[in-house]
Amino acid sequence: MIGLLQNLVDAASLGSLYALAALGVGLLFGILRLVNFAHGDFISIGAYALIVPSFEVTAQLFIGTWNWTLMIPTVTLIVVIVALISDALVFRPLRRASAPTLMIASFAVSYVIQNGILMIYGARPKAANLWAGLDTPIMFGELRVPLLQIITIVATLVLMGALTLFLKRTSYGVMMRAAAEDFRMAQYLGVRGDFVIGLAFAISGMLATAVSLLYLSQTGTLSPTMGVPLALFAFVATVIGGMGSLVGAVVGGFLVGFVVIMLQAYLPEELRAFRDAFAFTFVILILLIRPAGIIRTRALVERV
Amino acid sequence: MPPKAHASLVRRYWPLLVLCIVITAIVAIASLGSEEMQVTITEMLIRLIVVVGIYMFIGNSGILSFGHVGFMCIGAYAAAWATVDPTWKQMMLTGLPDFLQLNQYGFLPAVAGGGALAGLVALVLGAAIMRLSGIAGSIATFAFLAIVNSVYSNWESVTAGTSSIIGVPTVVGPFVALAFALGALVVAFVFQVSRFGLMLRASRDDEVAAKSSAVGVVKVRLIAFVVSAMIVGVAGALYGHFLGILTADTFYLSLTFVTLAMLVVGGVGSLTGAVTGVVVVTLVVEVLRHLEAGFPVGATNVHLPQGSQEIGLGIVMALIMVFRPSGLTRGREVPWPFTPAAQRRKMQAAQAG
Repeated sequence: MIGLLQNLVDAASLGSLYALAALGVGLLFGILRLVNFAHGDFISIGAYALIVPSFEVTAQLFIGTWNWTLMIPTVTLIVVIVALISDALVFRPLRRASAPTLMIASFAVSYVIQNGILMIYGARPKAANLWAGLDTPIMFGELRVPLLQIITIVATLVLMGALTLFLKRTSYGVMMRAAAEDFRMAQYLGVRGDFVIGLAFAISGMLATAVSLLYLSQTGTLSPTMGVPLALFAFVATVIGGMGSLVGAVVGGFLVGFVVIMLQAYLPEELRAFRDAFAFTFVILILLIRPAGIIRTRALVERV
Repeated sequence: MPPKAHASLVRRYWPLLVLCIVITAIVAIASLGSEEMQVTITEMLIRLIVVVGIYMFIGNSGILSFGHVGFMCIGAYAAAWATVDPTWKQMMLTGLPDFLQLNQYGFLPAVAGGGALAGLVALVLGAAIMRLSGIAGSIATFAFLAIVNSVYSNWESVTAGTSSIIGVPTVVGPFVALAFALGALVVAFVFQVSRFGLMLRASRDDEVAAKSSAVGVVKVRLIAFVVSAMIVGVAGALYGHFLGILTADTFYLSLTFVTLAMLVVGGVGSLTGAVTGVVVVTLVVEVLRHLEAGFPVGATNVHLPQGSQEIGLGIVMALIMVFRPSGLTRGREVPWPFTPAAQRRKMQAAQAG
């Protein structure tokens, strides 16, 4: 019983990270129909921004040593700027391009960022100790929950709440929802397209920063490709949740986190190495049962 | 056959003819070059086969597939199981069935086996996922790639896992690769102008209209998927016999990226685009590689910093996509050069409209 509870907490914590990453991907997909492969690299940048550029194996924290009230805004600003630059240089000229072209363009952005990190920081993974005090466990009866997991879950809930309030209660949020529903119609009604898309990139960058800080303090290692697996699970989460639906992205993120942790915990020993294979088989199964995702959106239904 | 029929046959297969001649000419010129040039050209030809295989599915069906490099992995390993020295296999690959573990087969049967296994897997997978369209289909193929990578990197007794398969005979040079590349071009082009190819293209342009005109969309997609997986599987087998060593991670995201990028840069909609993309991207990579290695200016060796090759490739690709979003060829085949000028203008006007 305690074992199961423990696994559920793990699942909620991992699912939170996937849900945050999936929100960042889903937001851009909703408005731009862009499957942004570079999202994982935004996450990597958030982590690498904390340390001093060098080829050393042990990372020297730089921004990472600042007080968190100053550090979080600074890192967020860096990631948001990178996201906005990639929009301005690559995605803005491609507004009318087809989905595959957009996807490959984001692949190219991701390739450039990854190799840029490689050039400045070297290819080897680095150890970094961010917020070391947070792994102290808190006991709920017999249940041991690391403080960090609680922070991850709470931070995710807060961010999701803030995003919901922003989308429902502010005029910019309403513009973004309108753009996601029908981009051209929204433009006819006076929504500035490039502004809304820039806003989406900025929010996507903020979400990526949250993921990178939480993820880095959990794993303690940096590598130029650290964001890739997160982004991959995030795509999968957005698609099975229902492409274009933010609720779907969150549901998908938590579902994927749940499946991964449960496979890790309950697969027989000799099959555990194949965990990801089982997880992705599960993804294919969901797609076959519900091709439009768990939460269906009207925007994606093709009318004849 | 009357002369007129000959002419129309030449005209029908004109793009194929031109592409085959151009590729053969490139290889013929390169074969005069250095050892290093031969290696580059062989790798280019193998990638050409992969991209042509991927094109055959993506270009005709309109579904972006991330999974084809997975078929390459399957083909490469299957062929290596056949040609690697049996004593090594008995030591390292204890999970292989006896007929593979105890025997050693020739290169051609091994390549055929690689293609066949890839096709078989594609048949099973495709039967399940070919009814998915658009983004759902793409993500399903991506999930397949991740499954293949996870299985092949962890199934120690069959793939030697992370310690990789070594001692695959390196028998593939430029001319072997050329023969297979020409074969792939022929298969892809003949499919594209066949009944099935046209039906598939119709379903790409308007799925609902195609269905209502009695096109069995799932069936024609499946045919294209299986044949293209076989082509890519063969390319994987060749790649294994070119590298001499196999690791599952060779066949993952970066190769997927490079091959898809080649296709998109050239133009997803035409075979000419696939070939153009491969040649252009290879050229760009080579130029950047030489710049990175450095060139003498006076007494000093001027060179770009490490990693600028990859960054440069990314930037060049982004630039091509920004300025030619539908690829260098804009999805057109090599045009028939003997059309009267007036008629050509009319056709161009019709295409533009």
